[in-house]
This record gives sequence, C-alpha cells and structure tokens, in this order.
Amino acid sequence: MSESNNDIKLVDAPDGISGAGFFATSFEKVIGLARKHSLWPLPFATSCCGIEYMATMGANYDISRFGSERPSFSPRQADILMVMGTIAKKMGPVVKQVYEQMAEPRWVIAVGACASSGGIFDTYSVLQGIDRVVPVDVYVPGCPPRPEQILDGLMRVQDLAANESLRRRNSPEYQALLASYNIK
Amino acid sequence: MELTNENVLGKIIDKFGIDNIWDAVNPDGIMTFQTTRETIIDLIQYLRDDADLQIQFLTTMCGIHYPDQKDKELCMMYQLHSLRYNYRVRIKVFFPISDPVMPTLTNLYAAANWMEREAFDFYGIIFTGHPNLTRILNIEEMEYHPMLKQYPLEDQTREDKIDTFFGR
Repeated sequence: MSESNNDIKLVDAPDGISGAGFFATSFEKVIGLARKHSLWPLPFATSCCGIEYMATMGANYDISRFGSERPSFSPRQADILMVMGTIAKKMGPVVKQVYEQMAEPRWVIAVGACASSGGIFDTYSVLQGIDRVVPVDVYVPGCPPRPEQILDGLMRVQDLAANESLRRRNSPEYQALLASYNIK
Repeated sequence: MELTNENVLGKIIDKFGIDNIWDAVNPDGIMTFQTTRETIIDLIQYLRDDADLQIQFLTTMCGIHYPDQKDKELCMMYQLHSLRYNYRVRIKVFFPISDPVMPTLTNLYAAANWMEREAFDFYGIIFTGHPNLTRILNIEEMEYHPMLKQYPLEDQTREDKIDTFFGR
C-alpha cells in the first residue's frame, strides 16, 4: 500500500436505511448514482472548443476522474452529446441524426459560444445555436471555454443525471419537448 | 514573342475587334480588360489554343456584385495563367442583374464546373449549358443568393444579436 492511496475519494452512499447486513434505498438513487459516475461523452468537435476538450481529456485536467473515461464515438453507447464548435447549417442535420441515434437517457452540452448561440459567426451559413435542432441541457460559455469550464458543464450534467426521475423520459412534457424538435 | 501586356492586348484586339475589348488597365501587374458575354468563350478558347500565347490554365473565376452600377450590377471575373510563359491576364464581363445569364465555360475547362456552381450559389448567375447547375456550398433549402449586397450578412433569424453588442 502506497501513501497515495489515501487520496482516493469514494462516493457517499445515497440516503437510505442501513442495518446489519443490509442497506435499503430507492432504486432511482442507485441508478442515478451509477449514471452520474459513468457518463460517456460523445465528442462532436468541429473547431477550437474541440481542442479545449482534448486538453480536458489530457492528464492535467483528466476528465476520466468524472467517469467519462471513454469518449464514445458510437452514439448508441454514449450518454452525453458534447457539441464543441461552430455548427454550420449544413452540419445541423448531422448533429440531429447523431442525437437521434443516441439511446435514452441522453444529455446534451453545448460547449462554447458557437454551439450555444452561433457565437461571432452571425451569418447566413451558421446555425445560430444547436438548440434549434436538438434540446440542450447545459450551455458552457466561453470562446473557447477553459477545460475547467468544460468540466463544470459536465458536473452540471452529473447533477441532472443523479437527480433525474426514472420516469422523466416518459413524461408528457419530455415527449412534447422532443416532438417540438420533430424527434420521435 | 515575349508576352507583354501590349503584345497580348494587341493580338486580342486584332482578333476580336476594338468594339469587343475595352478598358484595359493594369491595377496590380495583371492586365485587366472588359469584354462582352458574346465574346468571352471564344476569347478564352483563343487564349488557350493560340500557339504564341498558350494561356491554358484557368486560375479562378468568380462573381462580383456592384449594386450601384446601373445595368452593370453583376460581373464575372476570369483569371487565366500561361504556365508556359508565366503570364497572367484578368477578364471581366459586366451584365445587368435583371438578366443574370452567362455562357458556360465548362466545355473548355472542367474546373469551371465547380466555380460556376459557386457563382450561381452566391450570386444567382445562370450559366447556360452547365451540366449540373445546383448549389455547391450553401444548404439546398436556401431561398436567396447570400453574396448579393441586397441581403444583410447577418443571420436574419436572431433578435438578440443586435449591433450594440458588437460595437457596430
């Protein structure tokens, strides 16, 4: 046993009733806990924000500490769509298709000014924010945002994942949200 | 024959007549002159096939929009290069925006295919005889030609990006 093992932080157990040989809690909290610490991102990196994300994946910032160890380039096995960079109107349908191919539950982070609002590219060819084609959970400001900001956005999604009801995705509100984007 | 601007212009005027070649200027070391829609294709073919000139490379071509010039709002600009003699020439053709039609150059240069599609995409210039005149860079659903100066460059679907935020 080396000294450094003292630095390892364990996740606190969710609220529940514990006794000799058993621990009882709600299913939602356990699922939320598991989801929270194994969010696999799908990096949709088109420009400079993608470079910042690469720094976030590197050793200094180490997105692996948050359970996002493996950037999934298969949409079917990803939990978070991270759109990083300018999305041209021609690219909009591609973003939407990638989002549609992701399995529920899925979250979306718009990283940086371009993905959030079109940024400085207020022009005929650029989509003015990806929330025109897919629903967005977390917006990360910055041009480009520092890796700390990207991690902060990820932690906001962790909060959403931990506290989300298991039935939220079946709720009429959520169905209406997807229907407003013409996503089945 | 050494290719100088005077020599080349003389040859072209001898061939096509003083009525069809005018306004020869030298703004940046590249001779620039104007011609007509009827002449342009024959002229470029002549520059390509003439043994003394051998101007056989289409460097670029693009549309230009001058909204203030009455009946000469649109322009097609051709830049040609003689790789044999390292000599460049620029040709401009002006025409009214109400009649944005140009003959296609694709029969002489295959490279003109994409360039003419670009000019159609951004300026709405119709090239008669082009094999596939569709948009090349913008989305197909776009209903206007964005480089014409009658449209603002900004995306018109936003209300929150006003000039005060951008120092304009």
